[in-house]
Amino acid sequence: MNFLSGLFTPQGVASAAFVLVMAITILGALIAVAARNIFHNVLGLALSLMGVAGLFLYLNSPFVALMEILIYVGAICIAICFAIMLSEPLYLPKPPRNRLKMLGAVAGAGLTFVFLCLLIRKTQWTPAVERSTDWSITTLGHYLLTNYALIFEVISLLLLVAMLGSIVIARGGRGSS
Amino acid sequence: MLLFNQLETYLYLAIVLFAIGLYGVLARRSLIALLISVELILNAASINFMAFNRFLAPHPAVGQIITLFIMAVAAAEAAIALSIIVALYRKLKTINIEQATELRG
Repeated sequence: MNFLSGLFTPQGVASAAFVLVMAITILGALIAVAARNIFHNVLGLALSLMGVAGLFLYLNSPFVALMEILIYVGAICIAICFAIMLSEPLYLPKPPRNRLKMLGAVAGAGLTFVFLCLLIRKTQWTPAVERSTDWSITTLGHYLLTNYALIFEVISLLLLVAMLGSIVIARGGRGSS
Repeated sequence: MLLFNQLETYLYLAIVLFAIGLYGVLARRSLIALLISVELILNAASINFMAFNRFLAPHPAVGQIITLFIMAVAAAEAAIALSIIVALYRKLKTINIEQATELRG
Protein backbone atom coordinates (compact mmCIF):
# COMPACT_ATOMS: atom_id res chain seq x y z
CA MET A 1 0.00 0.00 0.00
CA ASN A 2 2.83 2.29 0.92
CA PHE A 3 4.50 1.52 -2.42
CA LEU A 4 1.29 2.23 -4.36
CA SER A 5 0.71 5.61 -2.70
CA GLY A 6 4.38 6.42 -3.26
CA LEU A 7 3.94 5.79 -6.99
CA PHE A 8 1.50 8.67 -7.40
CA THR A 9 3.74 11.41 -6.08
CA PRO A 10 5.71 13.39 -8.70
CA GLN A 11 8.91 11.58 -7.70
CA GLY A 12 7.17 8.23 -8.01
CA VAL A 13 5.90 8.98 -11.51
CA ALA A 14 9.34 10.26 -12.53
CA SER A 15 11.00 7.12 -11.15
CA ALA A 16 8.55 4.82 -12.92
CA ALA A 17 9.10 6.68 -16.20
CA PHE A 18 12.85 6.44 -15.69
CA VAL A 19 12.69 2.68 -15.20
CA LEU A 20 10.57 2.46 -18.36
CA VAL A 21 13.11 4.50 -20.32
CA MET A 22 15.96 2.30 -19.08
CA ALA A 23 14.02 -0.83 -20.06
CA ILE A 24 13.37 0.60 -23.55
CA THR A 25 17.06 1.40 -23.98
CA ILE A 26 18.28 -2.06 -23.00
CA LEU A 27 15.51 -3.93 -24.84
CA GLY A 28 16.20 -1.96 -28.02
CA ALA A 29 19.92 -2.66 -27.73
CA LEU A 30 19.25 -6.38 -27.30
CA ILE A 31 17.01 -6.42 -30.38
CA ALA A 32 19.69 -4.48 -32.26
CA VAL A 33 22.33 -7.17 -31.76
CA ALA A 34 20.33 -10.38 -31.29
CA ALA A 35 17.63 -10.39 -34.00
CA ARG A 36 18.52 -12.32 -37.16
CA ASN A 37 16.65 -10.07 -39.58
CA ILE A 38 18.84 -7.04 -40.31
CA PHE A 39 15.80 -4.78 -40.60
CA HIS A 40 14.71 -5.69 -37.06
CA ASN A 41 18.24 -4.74 -35.96
CA VAL A 42 17.77 -1.21 -37.30
CA LEU A 43 14.36 -0.86 -35.65
CA GLY A 44 15.86 -2.05 -32.35
CA LEU A 45 18.63 0.53 -32.72
CA ALA A 46 16.03 3.27 -33.26
CA LEU A 47 14.14 2.12 -30.13
CA SER A 48 17.32 2.12 -28.08
CA LEU A 49 18.29 5.59 -29.29
CA MET A 50 14.86 6.92 -28.34
CA GLY A 51 15.53 5.54 -24.85
CA VAL A 52 18.91 7.27 -24.76
CA ALA A 53 17.20 10.54 -25.73
CA GLY A 54 14.86 10.03 -22.75
CA LEU A 55 17.90 9.58 -20.51
CA PHE A 56 19.30 12.87 -21.80
CA LEU A 57 16.02 14.53 -20.79
CA TYR A 58 16.57 13.19 -17.27
CA LEU A 59 20.10 14.64 -17.41
CA ASN A 60 18.73 18.19 -17.83
CA SER A 61 19.63 18.50 -21.52
CA PRO A 62 16.54 18.76 -23.73
CA PHE A 63 18.57 20.20 -26.62
CA VAL A 64 20.91 17.21 -26.82
CA ALA A 65 17.92 14.86 -26.47
CA LEU A 66 16.23 16.46 -29.48
CA MET A 67 19.50 16.36 -31.43
CA GLU A 68 19.82 12.67 -30.57
CA ILE A 69 16.41 11.94 -32.07
CA LEU A 70 17.05 14.20 -35.07
CA ILE A 71 20.53 12.93 -35.97
CA TYR A 72 20.49 9.30 -34.84
CA VAL A 73 16.88 8.19 -35.32
CA GLY A 74 16.11 10.59 -38.13
CA ALA A 75 19.31 10.47 -40.15
CA ILE A 76 21.56 7.54 -39.30
CA CYS A 77 18.82 4.88 -38.99
CA ILE A 78 17.23 5.99 -42.26
CA ALA A 79 20.64 5.95 -43.97
CA ILE A 80 21.20 2.40 -42.69
CA CYS A 81 17.77 1.42 -44.09
CA PHE A 82 18.85 2.74 -47.50
CA ALA A 83 22.09 0.76 -47.29
CA ILE A 84 20.12 -2.40 -46.46
CA MET A 85 17.92 -1.85 -49.49
CA LEU A 86 20.96 -1.28 -51.72
CA SER A 87 22.84 -4.36 -50.52
CA GLU A 88 21.94 -7.99 -49.86
CA PRO A 89 18.30 -9.03 -50.43
CA LEU A 90 16.56 -10.11 -47.23
CA TYR A 91 15.08 -13.35 -48.60
CA LEU A 92 18.45 -15.06 -49.07
CA PRO A 93 19.13 -17.83 -46.52
CA LYS A 94 21.56 -16.75 -43.82
CA PRO A 95 24.60 -18.85 -42.95
CA PRO A 96 24.19 -20.71 -39.63
CA ARG A 97 25.71 -19.18 -36.54
CA ASN A 98 28.97 -20.51 -35.22
CA ARG A 99 28.28 -21.51 -31.61
CA LEU A 100 31.90 -21.38 -30.48
CA LYS A 101 32.35 -17.88 -31.85
CA MET A 102 29.19 -16.64 -30.15
CA LEU A 103 30.37 -18.14 -26.87
CA GLY A 104 33.68 -16.32 -27.27
CA ALA A 105 31.87 -13.05 -27.98
CA VAL A 106 29.68 -13.49 -24.88
CA ALA A 107 32.77 -14.23 -22.78
CA GLY A 108 34.65 -11.20 -24.11
CA ALA A 109 31.74 -8.80 -23.63
CA GLY A 110 30.93 -10.27 -20.21
CA LEU A 111 34.50 -9.95 -18.98
CA THR A 112 34.64 -6.32 -20.12
CA PHE A 113 31.31 -5.71 -18.37
CA VAL A 114 32.53 -7.19 -15.07
CA PHE A 115 35.82 -5.29 -15.26
CA LEU A 116 34.12 -1.93 -15.86
CA CYS A 117 31.58 -2.62 -13.08
CA LEU A 118 34.40 -3.29 -10.61
CA LEU A 119 36.15 -0.14 -11.83
CA ILE A 120 33.06 2.00 -11.15
CA ARG A 121 32.52 0.39 -7.76
CA LYS A 122 36.09 1.17 -6.74
CA THR A 123 36.22 4.78 -7.92
CA GLN A 124 35.36 7.67 -5.65
CA TRP A 125 33.52 10.33 -7.67
CA THR A 126 34.08 13.87 -6.38
CA PRO A 127 32.06 16.75 -7.87
CA ALA A 128 33.76 19.99 -8.83
CA VAL A 129 34.06 22.45 -5.98
CA GLU A 130 32.27 25.25 -7.75
CA ARG A 131 29.47 24.25 -10.11
CA SER A 132 27.58 26.58 -12.39
CA THR A 133 23.80 26.13 -12.42
CA ASP A 134 23.19 27.70 -15.80
CA TRP A 135 21.58 24.95 -17.89
CA SER A 136 19.80 27.09 -20.50
CA ILE A 137 20.04 26.41 -24.23
CA THR A 138 20.93 30.08 -24.76
CA THR A 139 24.15 29.62 -22.82
CA LEU A 140 24.93 26.48 -24.77
CA GLY A 141 24.51 28.31 -28.08
CA HIS A 142 26.58 31.20 -26.78
CA TYR A 143 29.43 28.86 -25.83
CA LEU A 144 29.20 27.05 -29.15
CA LEU A 145 29.80 30.31 -31.02
CA THR A 146 32.41 31.87 -28.71
CA ASN A 147 34.58 29.60 -26.53
CA TYR A 148 34.01 26.43 -28.50
CA ALA A 149 33.73 27.91 -32.00
CA LEU A 150 36.64 25.74 -33.15
CA ILE A 151 34.66 22.55 -32.36
CA PHE A 152 31.75 23.94 -34.37
CA GLU A 153 34.01 24.62 -37.35
CA VAL A 154 35.75 21.24 -37.09
CA ILE A 155 32.36 19.49 -37.07
CA SER A 156 31.31 21.25 -40.25
CA LEU A 157 34.62 20.51 -41.97
CA LEU A 158 34.41 16.85 -40.89
CA LEU A 159 30.88 16.48 -42.22
CA LEU A 160 31.86 18.11 -45.53
CA VAL A 161 34.85 15.78 -45.97
CA ALA A 162 32.76 12.73 -45.02
CA MET A 163 30.06 13.73 -47.51
CA LEU A 164 32.56 14.16 -50.37
CA GLY A 165 34.35 10.95 -49.41
CA SER A 166 31.20 8.87 -49.35
CA ILE A 167 30.12 10.22 -52.73
CA VAL A 168 33.53 9.34 -54.21
CA ILE A 169 33.53 5.84 -52.70
CA ALA A 170 29.93 5.00 -53.58
CA ARG A 171 30.33 6.15 -57.19
CA GLY A 172 32.91 3.44 -57.78
CA GLY A 173 36.22 4.85 -56.65
CA ARG A 174 38.92 6.87 -58.33
CA GLY A 175 39.29 6.70 -62.07
CA SER A 176 35.79 5.61 -63.00
CA SER A 177 33.27 8.10 -64.19
CA MET B 1 17.92 9.06 -2.93
CA LEU B 2 16.06 8.76 -6.19
CA LEU B 3 17.22 6.35 -8.87
CA PHE B 4 17.62 9.01 -11.56
CA ASN B 5 19.56 11.36 -9.31
CA GLN B 6 22.50 9.03 -8.92
CA LEU B 7 25.59 9.04 -11.10
CA GLU B 8 26.10 5.28 -10.76
CA THR B 9 22.74 4.42 -12.40
CA TYR B 10 23.78 6.12 -15.62
CA LEU B 11 27.27 4.65 -15.53
CA TYR B 12 25.97 1.10 -15.11
CA LEU B 13 23.42 1.62 -17.89
CA ALA B 14 26.21 2.89 -20.16
CA ILE B 15 28.27 -0.20 -19.34
CA VAL B 16 25.32 -2.45 -20.24
CA LEU B 17 24.96 -0.67 -23.60
CA PHE B 18 28.72 -0.90 -24.17
CA ALA B 19 28.80 -4.63 -23.41
CA ILE B 20 25.84 -5.31 -25.73
CA GLY B 21 27.53 -3.33 -28.50
CA LEU B 22 30.83 -5.14 -27.92
CA TYR B 23 29.05 -8.49 -28.17
CA GLY B 24 27.52 -7.35 -31.46
CA VAL B 25 30.90 -6.31 -32.87
CA LEU B 26 32.47 -9.65 -31.87
CA ALA B 27 29.65 -11.98 -32.88
CA ARG B 28 27.89 -10.54 -35.94
CA ARG B 29 29.18 -11.03 -39.46
CA SER B 30 27.08 -8.64 -41.51
CA LEU B 31 28.83 -5.30 -41.99
CA ILE B 32 25.61 -3.37 -41.38
CA ALA B 33 25.08 -5.20 -38.07
CA LEU B 34 28.63 -4.24 -37.11
CA LEU B 35 27.86 -0.60 -37.85
CA ILE B 36 24.73 -0.79 -35.66
CA SER B 37 26.78 -2.23 -32.79
CA VAL B 38 29.35 0.55 -33.12
CA GLU B 39 26.54 3.10 -32.86
CA LEU B 40 25.49 1.47 -29.57
CA ILE B 41 29.05 1.77 -28.23
CA LEU B 42 29.25 5.44 -29.22
CA ASN B 43 25.94 6.04 -27.43
CA ALA B 44 27.31 4.45 -24.26
CA ALA B 45 30.19 6.94 -24.44
CA SER B 46 27.82 9.88 -24.83
CA ILE B 47 25.71 8.73 -21.87
CA ASN B 48 28.89 8.72 -19.79
CA PHE B 49 29.82 12.23 -20.88
CA MET B 50 26.34 13.55 -20.15
CA ALA B 51 26.22 11.86 -16.72
CA PHE B 52 29.58 13.32 -15.66
CA ASN B 53 28.43 16.65 -17.04
CA ARG B 54 25.26 16.54 -14.94
CA PHE B 55 26.79 15.40 -11.66
CA LEU B 56 30.47 16.40 -11.56
CA ALA B 57 31.53 19.00 -14.13
CA PRO B 58 32.11 22.63 -13.20
CA HIS B 59 30.21 23.97 -16.20
CA PRO B 60 27.18 22.23 -17.74
CA ALA B 61 27.82 23.32 -21.35
CA VAL B 62 31.04 21.38 -21.91
CA GLY B 63 29.66 17.85 -21.74
CA GLN B 64 26.75 18.71 -23.99
CA ILE B 65 29.10 20.14 -26.61
CA ILE B 66 31.28 17.02 -26.46
CA THR B 67 28.17 14.88 -26.93
CA LEU B 68 27.17 16.93 -29.97
CA PHE B 69 30.69 16.38 -31.33
CA ILE B 70 30.36 12.62 -30.81
CA MET B 71 27.05 12.68 -32.69
CA ALA B 72 28.59 14.52 -35.65
CA VAL B 73 31.53 12.09 -35.75
CA ALA B 74 29.08 9.17 -35.62
CA ALA B 75 27.10 10.63 -38.51
CA ALA B 76 30.26 11.07 -40.60
CA GLU B 77 31.40 7.56 -39.73
CA ALA B 78 28.02 6.09 -40.67
CA ALA B 79 28.04 7.89 -44.03
CA ILE B 80 31.52 6.62 -44.91
CA ALA B 81 30.82 3.09 -43.67
CA LEU B 82 27.56 2.83 -45.58
CA SER B 83 29.16 3.99 -48.81
CA ILE B 84 31.95 1.43 -48.31
CA ILE B 85 29.28 -1.25 -47.73
CA VAL B 86 27.47 -0.33 -50.94
CA ALA B 87 30.74 -0.33 -52.92
CA LEU B 88 31.75 -3.67 -51.38
CA TYR B 89 28.41 -5.23 -52.23
CA ARG B 90 28.72 -4.04 -55.80
CA LYS B 91 32.15 -5.65 -56.08
CA LEU B 92 31.75 -8.91 -54.11
CA LYS B 93 27.95 -9.44 -54.10
CA THR B 94 28.07 -10.01 -50.34
CA ILE B 95 28.49 -7.97 -47.17
CA ASN B 96 29.59 -10.85 -44.96
CA ILE B 97 32.92 -9.90 -43.39
CA GLU B 98 34.23 -13.45 -43.60
CA GLN B 99 33.99 -13.36 -47.39
CA ALA B 100 35.65 -9.96 -47.83
CA THR B 101 39.20 -11.35 -47.93
CA GLU B 102 40.60 -9.60 -51.00
CA LEU B 103 43.68 -8.36 -49.13
CA ARG B 104 44.67 -11.76 -47.77
CA GLY B 105 47.08 -12.31 -50.68
